[in-house]
Amino acid sequence: MIEWIISILLLIGGGFVLVGSIGLVKMPDFFMRLHGPTKATTLGMASLLTAAIIFFSTTQAGVSMKEVLISLFLLLTAPISGYMMIKSAIHHKIESIERTTGKDNIEEDV
Amino acid sequence: MLETVILIVFAMIGVSLILNLWRLLLGPSLPDRILALDTMYINSIALIILYGMSLGTTLYFEAALLIAMLGFVSTVAVCKYLLRGDIIE
Amino acid sequence: MRLEAKFAWLPTPFLSLLLFSVWLLLNNSVSAGHIILATVLAIAIPLITSPFRTKQPLVMKPGLAFRHLMLVLYDIITANVQVAILILGPTKKLTPGFVKVPLDITRSMPITILASTVSLTPGTVSAEVYPWSESLKEDEEPEERFLLIHVLNLEDEQALIKTIKDRYEAPLKEIFQC
Repeated sequence: MIEWIISILLLIGGGFVLVGSIGLVKMPDFFMRLHGPTKATTLGMASLLTAAIIFFSTTQAGVSMKEVLISLFLLLTAPISGYMMIKSAIHHKIESIERTTGKDNIEEDV
Repeated sequence: MLETVILIVFAMIGVSLILNLWRLLLGPSLPDRILALDTMYINSIALIILYGMSLGTTLYFEAALLIAMLGFVSTVAVCKYLLRGDIIE
Repeated sequence: MRLEAKFAWLPTPFLSLLLFSVWLLLNNSVSAGHIILATVLAIAIPLITSPFRTKQPLVMKPGLAFRHLMLVLYDIITANVQVAILILGPTKKLTPGFVKVPLDITRSMPITILASTVSLTPGTVSAEVYPWSESLKEDEEPEERFLLIHVLNLEDEQALIKTIKDRYEAPLKEIFQC
């Protein structure tokens, strides 16, 4: 039973990580590419690490909660690194594709 | 059954690493390459955790935590360099 | 909004709690020795580092904060499924866009939390906080702040702004009482 739960969590995690990378390759401009890795990959990692917690807690003596640290760390840092990257992209005036609306909302850099 | 699933997930993460490498080589702009590297380090954490699971040891946890920390700091440092032309002002 | 904590020896209760649990998680044990060491670290580190930090508003309603955290975690899961569907679907049908959201909260800590939640939830990434902090003079408060966000698939701009303000900003305002 526990093996099933671990397998399902692992497959969901791997699937989300893969979807994030597909988004990275498939999307036409930088701003749309950013959505895949910041969101899908974060949830994929959280799911993989939950699987690791259950696996190590059942196969080894004692409860292993260390993996929570990595998922917490990734959850906290993913928006910040995404913010830094989109900020540098705006600073370098990376072109977004033509059908993007509201481009005039971007203010000039100081 | 778990061994087979771990192998399948290994393959999935390998494919996503190749896709990231494709974006890293293709570019076209610097932020794209940073984004590809950022995704690559997160995927390598997944790879290390899976390797630890397939060997049945928690020894690799510290390595994963270190990669997570250094990866975040390096992403922010490179972005800061692109933004300001300097890392520590 | 309150900046000073109840006890002088505990300037940031939540940071102390975080340090305590991170130490126990790193060592993966709840033995008495580690608990004592974690308590010492959780009290000493915020005390030593508090002169370096600017004062941030404290959490006034821990219960509401916990409920808001659960709501955000639930939203992250549903949002990820939506984004995965959007990514795997046809790219040509997506209509990306930049949206400017006016902000009611002013302090940097709540704005950071709001920007992070926006980045992790449905199809949006926060891009910038206007006006630029570099263009402001020291201690100058701007009249109005905006959050620039990039949306993967923009359908209704006003509805999106309303969702962000009602669902994520209003609880934050109540938690920090500002």
